[in-house]
Amino acid sequence: MAELISGLTTSHVPAVGAAIDLGKTQEPYWKPVFQGFDFTKQWITEQNVDVVILVYNDHATAFSLEIIPTFALGCAAEFPPADEGWGPRPVPVVMGHPELAAHLAQSLILDEFDMTIVNKMDVDHGLTVPLSLVYGQPAAWPCKVIPLAVNVIQYPPPTARRCYLLGKAIGRAVASYPEPLRVMVWGTGGMSHQLQGPRAGLINKAFDARFFDLLVSDPEALTNITPLEFLRESGSEGIELVMWLIMRGALSERVRQVYRFYHVPASNTALGHLILECQR
Amino acid sequence: MRQPQPYDDIPGTTVFDAERARQGYWLNQFCMSLMKAENRAAFKANEAEYLKAWPMTEAQRQVILARDWNGMIALGGNIYFLSKLFSSDGKSFQHVAAIMTGSSQEAYAQMMKDGGRSPDGNRSLAEWKKRG
Repeated sequence: MAELISGLTTSHVPAVGAAIDLGKTQEPYWKPVFQGFDFTKQWITEQNVDVVILVYNDHATAFSLEIIPTFALGCAAEFPPADEGWGPRPVPVVMGHPELAAHLAQSLILDEFDMTIVNKMDVDHGLTVPLSLVYGQPAAWPCKVIPLAVNVIQYPPPTARRCYLLGKAIGRAVASYPEPLRVMVWGTGGMSHQLQGPRAGLINKAFDARFFDLLVSDPEALTNITPLEFLRESGSEGIELVMWLIMRGALSERVRQVYRFYHVPASNTALGHLILECQR
Repeated sequence: MRQPQPYDDIPGTTVFDAERARQGYWLNQFCMSLMKAENRAAFKANEAEYLKAWPMTEAQRQVILARDWNGMIALGGNIYFLSKLFSSDGKSFQHVAAIMTGSSQEAYAQMMKDGGRSPDGNRSLAEWKKRG
C-alpha cells in the first residue's frame, strides 16, 4: 500500500524563484534564505519520495476570474511551468501521477470533498518555487507531483477547519492506494505577509511562532482561527496559511519535527519552512 | 449595495471579496491579458487605445493609466492581477508595495529588513484614528 511518510511546508515567494533563476542565491540579501534550505536539500536525498502532493495556490495564472475552483486537483500526466508575464521559469516540466491522482479524486469526492478535476494546467511560481527550494536546479524533478491548487485569491478561501479535514481525507485516500508508493504532502504559501494597500509589509512574528508550534503539537487548535483573524493578524495574503493545514491534516496525529526555519524578510514576506515526519 | 463586513475594520486593507471581484472583473481580466507578449506590446504601443477594448469604467481606465495602485485596488483590482501590469512595467511587488504605503523604496525595504510592519497599532481603524 502507499505510505504517507512525511510533510513539509514552505513559503513560495516569487522573488525567491527569481533569485534562483538569476543566480543571486549567494548575494548577502538572499544567502540566509537559501542557507535555511541546506539541511532540507540533504534530507530529501534520503527519503526516496515517489510522489509529492503539492498544495499551493495559483496566482491569477492558470485560473483567471473566469473560473475559481476552491480545491483543484491536477490529474494530468504533466504540467508545464507557466509564463506569468516574463517568460516561463527555466525549470523542468512537472510530471504528474495520473493514477494516484485519479484515485485521490475518486476517494475524496466519495469522502464528501467536492474536488475540481483539472486535466490541463500550467503551474506558476506557487508550485515551482517550493520544488526549487527543496531540490535545487536538477535537469528533471526527481519525483512525481500531484498539484492541489487552493483558492486563496478571492475571499473567502476555504476555512482552516475545512482544509484540515481535507488533509485527513487525503491521508485516508493515500493509505488505501494499492501500489507501494512513498508519498509526501507539501503545504506552501505564508507565513505572515500583506502585499497590498497602506498596511503592506505587515509581519507578525508572534502569530507565526504560535502557528508553527501548534501545527506540530495541536493542529486542532489552529482550525479555530477565523478568516477575519488570519486577515487581521497575518495580513491579507497571510491567509494562505490555511494550505499548511491540509498538509498537517494528512499526517499522523503525532509527528516528529525534523526541521524548522524562519526568516524575515523574503521581499515582503515572512518565509517559514517546516519538515514533519509521521509517527506510527 | 455593499453590505458592511467585519474585515472593513482592518486598516489599510481591501479584502478582495465576491463583491469587489464583480466590480473589478474587467480591470483584472485586462491585467490577465498582459501575460501574452503580443498583448503587452499592443498595450505599450497605445495604452489608452488598448484599454478601450475592455468594458471597464472610465474611472478604472484612468487609475490604470496613472498607475494609481491604491486607486486600482479601490475599484476592484486584485494585487495578483495587478502584478501582470507592474511586471509589464518591469516593477516588482516590493516596488509597488512601497508606493501603496506612501514610502520611498529605500524606507520600505529597510522597514522589511528591520522585521516588517508590526501588527501592534495596525489591527483596527480605531488604532489608526488614535494615531492620527
